[in-house]
Amino acid sequence: MTDATLGAAAPRQALTAADARLKKRHAAERRFKAQGIAAIIVALVFLVVLVGRIVSQGYTTFEAHTLTVPVYLNPDRIDTSDLSGVNYDYIVAEAVMKKLNVQDDDLGTISTKVQDLVSRDFGFQILNKLKADPKLIGQTIELHGPLKADADLYFKGEIKRETAEGDRKLDNQQLDWLDKLEKTGAIKSGFNFAFFTSSDSTEPEQAGVLGAVVGSAMMLIITALIAVPVGVLAATYLEEFAPKNRWTDIIEVNINNLAAVPSIVYGLLGLALFINWLNVPRSSPLVGGLVLALMALPTVIIATRSALKAVPPSIREAALGVGASKTQTVFHHVLPLAMPGVMTGAILSLAHALGETAPLLMIGMVSFVPGVPEGFTGAATVLPVQVFIWENASERAFHERTAAAIIVLLVFMIVMNAAAVILRRRFERRW
Amino acid sequence: MTPILNPNASPLLRGHAMTVQSPDDTAHTPVIHTTVPHAHAAAAVGEAKIKARDVKVFYGEKQALFDVNIDIPGKSVTAFIGPSGCGKSTFLRCINRMNDTIPSARVEGSILIDGADVNAKSVDPVVLRSRVGMVFQKPNPFPKTIFENVAYGPRIHGLAHRKDELEAIVESSLKKAGLWNEVADRLHQPGTGLSGGQQQRLVIARAIAVSPEVILMDEPCSALDPIATAKIEELIDELRTQFCIVIVTHSMAQAARVSQRTAFFHLGKLVETGPTEEMFTNPRDSRTQDYITGRFG
Amino acid sequence: MLTWLSLLVLALFSGVAFAAGRRRAVASAGGRSRVLHSLPVYYGTYAALWAGAPAALLLLLGASFGGRIEDAMLQSSRPAAVQALEPDRQAVFYSDAHAIASKQPPSEVAYEGELKVALDAKVAEAQRIETVLNVGMLAGAGVLALAGFLLAFPRISTEFRARNRVEGWVSILLIGCSVAAVLTTLGIVLSLVWESWRFFQSVNPISFLFGTEWSPQIAMRADQVASAGAFGAVPLFAGTFLIMLIAMLVAAPVGLYSAIYLSEYASRTVRGVVKPLLEILAGVPTVVYGFFAALTVGPLFRAGFNAIGAALPAGPLATYLMEVQNQMALVAGVVMGIMLIPFVSSLSDDIINAVPQSLRDGSYAMGATKSETVKKVVLPAALPGIMAAMLLAVSRAVGETMIVTMAAGLQAKLTANPLDTVTTVTVQIVTLLTGDQEFDSPKTLSAFGLGLTLFVVTLTLNIVALRIVQKYREQYD
Repeated sequence: MTDATLGAAAPRQALTAADARLKKRHAAERRFKAQGIAAIIVALVFLVVLVGRIVSQGYTTFEAHTLTVPVYLNPDRIDTSDLSGVNYDYIVAEAVMKKLNVQDDDLGTISTKVQDLVSRDFGFQILNKLKADPKLIGQTIELHGPLKADADLYFKGEIKRETAEGDRKLDNQQLDWLDKLEKTGAIKSGFNFAFFTSSDSTEPEQAGVLGAVVGSAMMLIITALIAVPVGVLAATYLEEFAPKNRWTDIIEVNINNLAAVPSIVYGLLGLALFINWLNVPRSSPLVGGLVLALMALPTVIIATRSALKAVPPSIREAALGVGASKTQTVFHHVLPLAMPGVMTGAILSLAHALGETAPLLMIGMVSFVPGVPEGFTGAATVLPVQVFIWENASERAFHERTAAAIIVLLVFMIVMNAAAVILRRRFERRW
Repeated sequence: MTPILNPNASPLLRGHAMTVQSPDDTAHTPVIHTTVPHAHAAAAVGEAKIKARDVKVFYGEKQALFDVNIDIPGKSVTAFIGPSGCGKSTFLRCINRMNDTIPSARVEGSILIDGADVNAKSVDPVVLRSRVGMVFQKPNPFPKTIFENVAYGPRIHGLAHRKDELEAIVESSLKKAGLWNEVADRLHQPGTGLSGGQQQRLVIARAIAVSPEVILMDEPCSALDPIATAKIEELIDELRTQFCIVIVTHSMAQAARVSQRTAFFHLGKLVETGPTEEMFTNPRDSRTQDYITGRFG
Repeated sequence: MLTWLSLLVLALFSGVAFAAGRRRAVASAGGRSRVLHSLPVYYGTYAALWAGAPAALLLLLGASFGGRIEDAMLQSSRPAAVQALEPDRQAVFYSDAHAIASKQPPSEVAYEGELKVALDAKVAEAQRIETVLNVGMLAGAGVLALAGFLLAFPRISTEFRARNRVEGWVSILLIGCSVAAVLTTLGIVLSLVWESWRFFQSVNPISFLFGTEWSPQIAMRADQVASAGAFGAVPLFAGTFLIMLIAMLVAAPVGLYSAIYLSEYASRTVRGVVKPLLEILAGVPTVVYGFFAALTVGPLFRAGFNAIGAALPAGPLATYLMEVQNQMALVAGVVMGIMLIPFVSSLSDDIINAVPQSLRDGSYAMGATKSETVKKVVLPAALPGIMAAMLLAVSRAVGETMIVTMAAGLQAKLTANPLDTVTTVTVQIVTLLTGDQEFDSPKTLSAFGLGLTLFVVTLTLNIVALRIVQKYREQYD
């Protein structure tokens, strides 16, 4: 009876025959595969759009337009008793107006409009020169410096003449002046070295990443000095020495969970513990490094443990067999063999710490720091936080710089990740 | 219960045992054969269910199988024996194109089932495998209920249109696999909860639920204890009347107990093939003789 | 500075102890170091450790806690003029006294009359305390170093098991390092619980967890501090949940399908190219995603919805769409989803790969197609693991800060509309704690209440997920 049912239910078909049902099944197969491919494509498109968008927004920063102009240091305008109080911007404006062959009117509208084109950096240059050598007063000196961000954007095509005059930052007259200056060869374009040699500033054309890069480096040094040794030693203990009991189980579960605690919670810990309780200076690379060290610790431990696990037991047995103590076995043989894996893991967690932002906001690293940090306890900012600060700025030129700072940040991260990959490829041992 | 249930197999086993006891006799009395092995096999089989011609298999650069020619009859048990890595499992996996799932594997030559070449481009491995079932070394029930395990094949191939049809198929398959009495009251419990031997019979039930013509078994008893092994062997013998069964085994005793024909593989080559009785009592090739007398393997 | 200098001196002393210990050991063996129990270097290390380690510990503790002790002693007596000040002004007064005493720039507050007198007195007191503390610390360290050396040195002899002793020190160091991880957790829990406790003394926890009005800025006014409505966190939870949901709607299907494709279909070459690319997506810092959300996706979505609104026939919907702003929940959610794709995909990939090949073979041998095998065998077998991966992704989404800070809004609204502006727990923590802050107000303390909630939620998700994964792994090991 059942045999009959079975035979009826299973019609024999030729191996090559495809009935309607089979066609449907294969169609479902193709659909499923297509969905998988679509998912991958979606993910990769996101990646391309993300990276492409940042590069396209940021690369223009690496080009800057500079102005070279002879400036007459008019003794009538410079009060030698108060050099810092002199309106140098006007002196620079006069020089540019002379170059442009225009006269200021009584209200100073022309000079104000000229000042909108030239960076205040010129004024600082004059001040510094005069401080060094007051005898320059009355002479004409050649000055070289950046244009104001809006003028720079005009040459980069971000501000267009076609835009209605009221909708752009610069009016037609200002654009005419810029064209004229360019024609005379006073304005030139070149690589924006200033972006790498200056720190944060309220003026976009003077803002650079140097302070943030140095701050990041100092912070990472602290993080590395704490997280790597402590993490490696802790992992060594847990993997090689610890007895298997409830306590070590708790430590293990604890480490796995710590690795998944949101980073902002570490920021709260840093605020309550390091700043309010231990009085570590706010905004300093020290406190930032401490917080990131606590954050990186679990990942360093996990990476070290898997590197130690990969060392075969035969190595330990061999060392113990020639009479080495447990400690000697671990520190002379096992740990050195695991070192490439350990270093790879450590670099990757440091690269991750480099990009971390949220906990640093909690410990006061969002402050405006116009310079390179003075030391490990001085106020500092770091690259990702600099990105956050600039992103909040309203000027369009800062958005360009934000993207450029991101490019710098990503380059650092790529270098670190590449180092980790090379280390792994170069020294990885297959047992 | 004695594991030797096959009346055909029993004398073979005895013959085999005799060979083992007096290896010197056989060694000193070589039998000379003039017939070509596969011509002999073809003549003995008459109409073959499966015909393999010049089958070669490569894994990447490495050749694992060299020019295998064999005819396998329907409604009987054929055993593949040979030392580890001799290519017997590789050849078995060619028959239902399971080697397709290994990216580096490449198969040449032709394998005909009822005259149709399974390696032809037009052949759909999905259809092929619904007609050539397979049982693996380690029991691999899906992490589903016993019922769902057996119902899996009929469901994907659309063999049942109503629930009662499906239930009938499951019941008859489990009965055929000799498992029904043990699991009838717990059909909806996980298949992974059964013992190893029961799991293997469940997997056999799963395979026969789609009523294949051929069942391939890749060392089906190697992970089982002797009692479970005996049950599986008994089952194989019962299934012989309905299916063409090809079994790969490490154990010569098992080959002797369950199979009607035996093929001996060595270093990727099919050395000889013939009726099991003849193979064990009177092997034509000295390598076969060395193997069955325990000189290597 | 003083600490560094004394640590340097200590290191020198320790070096001397090393040389002396080693020398004594070699001398006691009569120059034949084979007679010694351990290598000479262990005897030196033993002496150096006793001479250096305890004193160094004291110096480090002194450097970390000295300021705190000084503050506590300084504030133990409060002049009447100071007591008359408001609490936060008092704190400024003491920090100024501290700053002047240690020759750092004080705040810009001007002190006059009695306060000036009190300040001068406190500055003098602070300098006195500092001197006493420093002298005490240095003397203590000196005594410890000497005592340690004198304790260790005479014990050095041929029989002495120096290596075992040194290894004892090493294991103490190792245990200390592993305890650091536990201390971190303890630190998180204690600091969150302690500050939240202070917060809950002015705001009822029930009204915090179940209140539906969140406006900490208004609550700064004294008369509203205790008002139940101002610290109701439900809108924040709702906003967090909404954004998390949108993120998972993007990340779960894309991540899971990518994982399935990579592990079941893709050739080795495709895997080798796509996996590292996805890892790049995973390595991009969240602040970059935030920038992308705020300046690219936000304006794009806004323009899109505004265009749709303009194309629709006039009506409330069209008007609404035309007024949609950059900072909508959808933007933050979608970008967060993009961020989570590689996370979901790599976790699911691991889980799917852990499903034994024998199950796939079993299914293929039945004549199942690849997709049938995946859908009916592999995924059901991997289901617990995939659920756990999703839980971990949810935990990440809930705790993610930068994307929402940069792309979601600040308005605490109770809404399920993805086009509306919502705020999240993490955004509020950042907003409450950045910029100038007076630490004792309920406004800043509420950030810790939120932090505690966040920690408990993510910890629960993680523990559950890790347990599931562990059980799942055991099943197939």
